[in-house]
Amino acid sequence: MRDAFIESLSKLAENDKDIFLITGDLGFGVLDNFAEKFPSQFLNVGVAEQNMTGIATGLALSGYKVFTYSIANFTTLRCLEQIRNDACYHNANVNVVSIGGGFGYGALGMSHHATEDLSIMRSLPNIEVIAPGDDFETKEATKYVVDSSKPSYLRLERASHIHDEDLGNDFEYGKIRKIREGNDVAVLCAGGVTKVAMNAAKTLSKKGIALGIYSVHSLKAIDYETISIVFNDYAGVVSIEENNLNGGLGSAISEVCIDNKIFPKSFKRMGLKDIYSSVVGSQEYLRDFYNLGEEDLIKNVMEILGK
Amino acid sequence: MTSKGKSSHVGSALSIADILAVLYTNINIDPKDPSNDERDRFILSKGHAGAAVYAVLAELGFFSKEILDTHYQDGSILSGHVSHKGVAGVEFSTGSLGHGLSVATGFALAAKRRSLEFNSYALLSDGELDEGSNWEAILFAPHHNLDNLTCIVDYNKLQSLTTVKETLNLEPLKDKLISFGWNVFDIDGHNHIDIQNALTAKTNKPKFIIANTIKGKGVSFMENEVVWHYRSANKEELSKGLKELEE
Repeated sequence: MRDAFIESLSKLAENDKDIFLITGDLGFGVLDNFAEKFPSQFLNVGVAEQNMTGIATGLALSGYKVFTYSIANFTTLRCLEQIRNDACYHNANVNVVSIGGGFGYGALGMSHHATEDLSIMRSLPNIEVIAPGDDFETKEATKYVVDSSKPSYLRLERASHIHDEDLGNDFEYGKIRKIREGNDVAVLCAGGVTKVAMNAAKTLSKKGIALGIYSVHSLKAIDYETISIVFNDYAGVVSIEENNLNGGLGSAISEVCIDNKIFPKSFKRMGLKDIYSSVVGSQEYLRDFYNLGEEDLIKNVMEILGK
Repeated sequence: MTSKGKSSHVGSALSIADILAVLYTNINIDPKDPSNDERDRFILSKGHAGAAVYAVLAELGFFSKEILDTHYQDGSILSGHVSHKGVAGVEFSTGSLGHGLSVATGFALAAKRRSLEFNSYALLSDGELDEGSNWEAILFAPHHNLDNLTCIVDYNKLQSLTTVKETLNLEPLKDKLISFGWNVFDIDGHNHIDIQNALTAKTNKPKFIIANTIKGKGVSFMENEVVWHYRSANKEELSKGLKELEE
């Protein structure tokens, strides 16, 4: 997704002199082409995320469409108050991009695991929060936030994700995107864990169980309509996010249920359970370790179906 | 206005009154066209002294002076810490310390990248320099030759609980800033000629004005007293203070 983002941004910058990319001294080998091609629209601000976000706000209030770029928690939590007071309160076109959402930098340790960012960013007024589920949604989301004048948070995974099956539905901010047909159990995903759901669907299809898979890429303008339809149409729903459960996707869905007087037949929320991830390993390893892997999802589906 | 609203920080506002008076006669802003792209940008980073900026803006005609009486009151647009929402002329809302200089730096960088002529100013408190974010910007601005950026510190030597020296000593402040690459002016922050000269001095580096000031300036019983960071004047103190200021 990281490469899909920068490819998309570079393409957009060719015709838009207002796009401005600031990195907090990260992106080795990834941002070089952008920096070379658009030197007046690029800045390495140094390892200083508070200053980065303040400068981004000043640039945005002067007409630029600014992207701040760094790993996981550095663009979000380190400078949270600058995002809140400076970018969001002033409704500045500051687009916060974090690379390595969830366990993308798994082997680097807890400091590099973004496991609360979705909840925290979702709680800020004015900001648009997007966790694309694959490369396609990443490119579309990049286009969307360039066009939108509001602040945004793009939570991207480090790795590329291209689903080998996809219904080919359009990306629309605030609308859940259905990526796989299936009538037995619905899986609502935020971010790259759509891959886990797609893999589980393949395994389950051999047993005659069909998962309907939905990418809830927009975490802020939550899609009440589709969520209501999904709870009505399926025997059960599973939400999955590489994020602590407090305040994330599962919470957002629960809020919709309460607001719309939906009493789920069966609803399971998969995510971290109020913990920091201290274990070292690849993203796949950590997903399995923290009960967010394919087997865990299958187990939840089987429980819903009483099998 | 601060007495009526029973607001705090009157000492902080009086500390910067002279700086604001001179600054606003120099900067290019127009009450009739407050969002002109070419305007100079000024951020009061020590947002707690917002009353002083509101007073200046009303004086300049950005809004009616009658609105000043609503400061701190229920439903007012004039919050204790300076806010731009619904208040023409306020460039940027602050209140949490350590934000203004980075944003002003962003304005200055935008002017450079867009080849615009405007200047960018931030006014900070001395205690505010405890915030690490400022030092990120203090490193950044000279590295990028932002000679259109001016940072003014209201150096009244008192912060929230006691003196700056006892809390987190800034000295030698001038030497520190010179070593960071700023063009530093160490002046009397109540002397209008000194302020004017520092603001208009030509520079090829970002400019840092250390304005040596007196907290509560002009009112004898407020001067250099930490308590006026919090208290507002009662009726008797108000008339006594106003009399002193008129003299």
